[in-house]
Amino acid sequence: MTWPLLSTVVFLPLLGAIVLLALPRRREALMWGWTLGVMLVTFAVSVVLYAAFDSSLPSMQFSEQAAWIGGLGITYHVGIDGISLPLFVLTTLLSPVALLSAWQSIPTKAKEFAVLMLVLETSMLGAFVALDLFLFFIFWEAMLIPMYLMIGMWGGENRLYATVKFILYTMAGSALMLVAILALHILNLQQGGGRSFDLFDFFALDLSLQQQKLLFMAFFLSFAIKVPLFPFHTWLPDAHTEAPTAGSVILAGVLLKMGGYGFIRFCLPLFPAAATAFAPLISVLAVIGILYGALVAMVQPDIKRLVAYSSVSHLGLVMLGIFAGNLAGLQGGILQMVNHGLTTGALFLLVGMIYDRRHTRLIADYGGLWRQMPIFAVFFLVVMFASIGLPGLNGFVGEFLILLGAFEFNRGFAVLAALGMILSAVYMLWMYQRVMYGEVTHEANRGLRDLSAREITLLAPLVLLMFWIGIYPSTFLRPTDAASAHLLEQVRSRAVLAAPVSAALTPRPFPAGEGAVDHAGGQTP
Amino acid sequence: MLDSAWLVPLCPLAGAVLNGLFAHRYRHETVGQIAIAAVGLSFLFSLTATIALATRSEPLHQVTYFTWIASGAYSASVGLLIDGLSCTMMLVVSGVGLLVHIYSTAYMHDDEDQGRYFTYLNLFVGAMLILVMADNYLLMFVGWEGVGLCSYLLIGFWYTRQSASDAGKKAFVVNRVGDVGFVLAVLLLFVTFQSVDFLDVQHQLEGIKSSDAGGNGPAGPTVLTAIALLLFMGAVGKSAQVPLHVWLPDAMEGPTPVSALIHAATMVTAGVYMMARSALLYDLAPIALDVVAVVGVLTALFAASMALVATDIKRVLAYSTVSQLGFMVFALGVGAYAAAIFHLVTHAFFKALLFLGAGSVIHALGGEQDMRRMGGLRQALPTTHWTMATATLAIAGIFPFAGFWSKDEILASAMKADGVGWLGWIAASVAAFMTAFYMFRLLYMTFYGDSRVEPDVAAHVHEAPGAMRAPLMLLALLSALGGVVLGFPPEHGMLHRWLEPVFEAAAHPHAFSSLDILLMVVSLAVAAAGWRLAYRFYVREPHLPEQWQARWQSTYDLLVNTWYVDELYARVLVRPIYRLSNNGLWRVFDIGFIDRIVNGIGRIVRLDGEFLSTLQTGYARTYALTLVVGAIVVFWGLAG
Repeated sequence: MTWPLLSTVVFLPLLGAIVLLALPRRREALMWGWTLGVMLVTFAVSVVLYAAFDSSLPSMQFSEQAAWIGGLGITYHVGIDGISLPLFVLTTLLSPVALLSAWQSIPTKAKEFAVLMLVLETSMLGAFVALDLFLFFIFWEAMLIPMYLMIGMWGGENRLYATVKFILYTMAGSALMLVAILALHILNLQQGGGRSFDLFDFFALDLSLQQQKLLFMAFFLSFAIKVPLFPFHTWLPDAHTEAPTAGSVILAGVLLKMGGYGFIRFCLPLFPAAATAFAPLISVLAVIGILYGALVAMVQPDIKRLVAYSSVSHLGLVMLGIFAGNLAGLQGGILQMVNHGLTTGALFLLVGMIYDRRHTRLIADYGGLWRQMPIFAVFFLVVMFASIGLPGLNGFVGEFLILLGAFEFNRGFAVLAALGMILSAVYMLWMYQRVMYGEVTHEANRGLRDLSAREITLLAPLVLLMFWIGIYPSTFLRPTDAASAHLLEQVRSRAVLAAPVSAALTPRPFPAGEGAVDHAGGQTP
Repeated sequence: MLDSAWLVPLCPLAGAVLNGLFAHRYRHETVGQIAIAAVGLSFLFSLTATIALATRSEPLHQVTYFTWIASGAYSASVGLLIDGLSCTMMLVVSGVGLLVHIYSTAYMHDDEDQGRYFTYLNLFVGAMLILVMADNYLLMFVGWEGVGLCSYLLIGFWYTRQSASDAGKKAFVVNRVGDVGFVLAVLLLFVTFQSVDFLDVQHQLEGIKSSDAGGNGPAGPTVLTAIALLLFMGAVGKSAQVPLHVWLPDAMEGPTPVSALIHAATMVTAGVYMMARSALLYDLAPIALDVVAVVGVLTALFAASMALVATDIKRVLAYSTVSQLGFMVFALGVGAYAAAIFHLVTHAFFKALLFLGAGSVIHALGGEQDMRRMGGLRQALPTTHWTMATATLAIAGIFPFAGFWSKDEILASAMKADGVGWLGWIAASVAAFMTAFYMFRLLYMTFYGDSRVEPDVAAHVHEAPGAMRAPLMLLALLSALGGVVLGFPPEHGMLHRWLEPVFEAAAHPHAFSSLDILLMVVSLAVAAAGWRLAYRFYVREPHLPEQWQARWQSTYDLLVNTWYVDELYARVLVRPIYRLSNNGLWRVFDIGFIDRIVNGIGRIVRLDGEFLSTLQTGYARTYALTLVVGAIVVFWGLAG
């Protein structure tokens, strides 16, 4: 039997957390060191996995399957393909970065914090590789609890409200998703498939358009909230603003990606006809989100809130790519999720760094920081332009592919989405101007110390990756080729099967020629 | 030699990295030397590449390095295209760039932030070279945005000044408006031609042109017109055409050598270069071409009108740049692609010279930029005076200086073009008249008449050091002789023959005729008239300007307030969008509407009390409630 490499990566952090519980609370340096060590080893093993991954195969790799709860047909089934791989490695990268950011800014209950970070990492990794829906659900829920606690225990003044809002939103979504998973299980039973929660068993289900739409919507709420897709986004600014830096980094960097990933992994292939039918509607929400998020970001007085709303805008673009139903859009969407993780993760780190020094997030409390903290200012500049989508940096590659996909799907959407290019420059540059340029207007900002070696170490790998993806994105795009094409083929063939049913039941919101169904990856009718 | 063309953009980029990371460890002078060496090497490599190209039979050389962005059938690579057009641009960019770098070592000598300055400046040259050497539209966009970034950084170089950081931001944002057009054009090119490679697209366009089908198919005339107009939108932003011209005058907040290099000689001409690169596309989209011509000539007129009354020496030059760019765009619009590039080159010489000269004046006067506090500086600044006078003769179009040849060629091409050509010729001639007037006005107000310099400043007036004078003199030489060397005989000069293979498919060559001689005489007369009027207003009868201002007060106000375009944008766009976002979207919709619903639901399930108990009850109650309701809905739906 070969070594279960995938499970090793997933459960290493959990194992580390268990050991950590045994460590004495007083040995703080040891605790941090141990946690960081575990996370770095996890990252290293995931890089080995990335290297061993065969990009030419569209199928799941490193699969492991074992019976778990036999009576209900629940199995431990995990595997990774080109779609989950980039997000998987992003998670192992951002986790140690987030941890390191908390090194000096988490004054109380450091042990609990470290344990939660490790548990969070395992559950996020598990969610990205689970191929049994019940297993997925367990990881999905397990991921939320550390996040609630993190915001609730180490958050800002308004953390209670933020936590409650986060609970309301995510629980509502999760519950519906659980219902849908159970429904799939029962349908599988009815159609003679036996007891199973396995994704691949569900692929074989014969679902009418009506059924697909209903189940799609049950999943939709959960994922749309997580993305967050307009108008399900209002939990995000509060959660981000109140969360400690490490929480914001993980939230923006990885948790939000669960939404997009969920749509790609589950909604598209399980309910292809519904996904196709809903694509125009979701695209409209995505486009509104792009513009709305950017406009609201522009007027925020709080830097973290500004970045949070910018996420609404950027992830709207990701959604537009995913539902464009073609290769460019899908690959752009996957890459852009990684990009957003790096860029917004770095932005939250940067905001956290000045928050640690000044304990304020208000733009108006800053000004003239360039002269005080030039290294900080330069890092901020690079990350900001990555976020704006300057070619040569990572954001542009994803943005362009998504626009290309969207353009093929529906030109009007692409044109509107492209307007986001202007707005992102407006809100970012204006914020940067007010924080960095000008004379120092607040005495408290005089003599702020520039970045420490630890802080530079945190940012450097992220910035390096921004340049890497911007200049040579093939390293990150090629692994997604085969799996993305395969997925689109899967969606297309099954959407076509279901098409007569759909035609009989409901009128299409858009005429077919408008691009309602174009999952061919470029083969326009 | 041609295969190592990548060294051309890489040298300045390497210089930027060196200075960017380690400038604080070097001595003051070393920073400038590294930057100069980087651009100097780049110029040498450009020169050898040009010679290598000139001595072979193939008129172009394409070299591809690696695939950049690819998905399915779409693929764009990182590769360079070396032909007559790119070589011309490479030489201008690295050549003028080198002179500006040398000049800067003296001009910025006392600035403590030289490391940052030369990092940005090297970065700019690198990005600009990528822009002009890229072999496809997408890679060109890297340079396109790269120079925009450097422009933003350099305009806002003195960032403690609010006006400087405002101007930098404005430049970037306004350019982004145009960039949306550029990106959409690239998308449309991609889906239409399955390629963004210049040669590939050109090849397919040649097929369309020769088959003369043009009717159906993916690349019908509508699509081609759309692509051409969208690309033009990009050029309108970058080359500061109406109505996106507003950023360029404000860009004068940057250090003056920056204005010379970026906002006069090179970056702002990127739009012109890009359209010339797409000449065949425009040739197949005649409607777009007409739009281009109209916008160009309107810009030329409009900007010149503002230059008539401006008193800030740099602003006069900025309006003049906008106006001259209008001339170039107009040339493209009448299908005179080679003439546009010719004017681009001569303009790079004389306008860089004018800005550097203005910098020398400003330097001498300790930062004074208002021409009302200048005058009579001829004796104190002899080199600056004669070099700037040369540039003025060149831009005004006086025989035989450089601008005469290139501007005359544009005017003549307009006259000979079909359609609205002669109307355009009249309008462009009016703009040329204004050009001669405001340029001699600048020269007279600065160097002639009585000194109006503040007494405490006057005591310290001094001619610029050698590092500043040498670039001035070199550029003066080029401004004097550049036109006749590159462009004689008209339409068949050295530059035209060199560019011929590039524009072969799109060109409409004319034979030199007696009409040309006549037009030359007329345009010379127009320029002389402008000069004479300026002489009368500012030397012979210096009371006249005030009289005229009083008589035409409302017109004067309109011009001096730059037609209130900025105010219009603020009132119609900026403020309404801000109010909509702040009051409407955020406070009313986000907080007032969506959140109220969420909070209402929260109240229903009663989430209150201590944090942990909230978590537990909240968790359980929300969960249970949604689960039950959800289950009922879903299963009822599935059953039904």
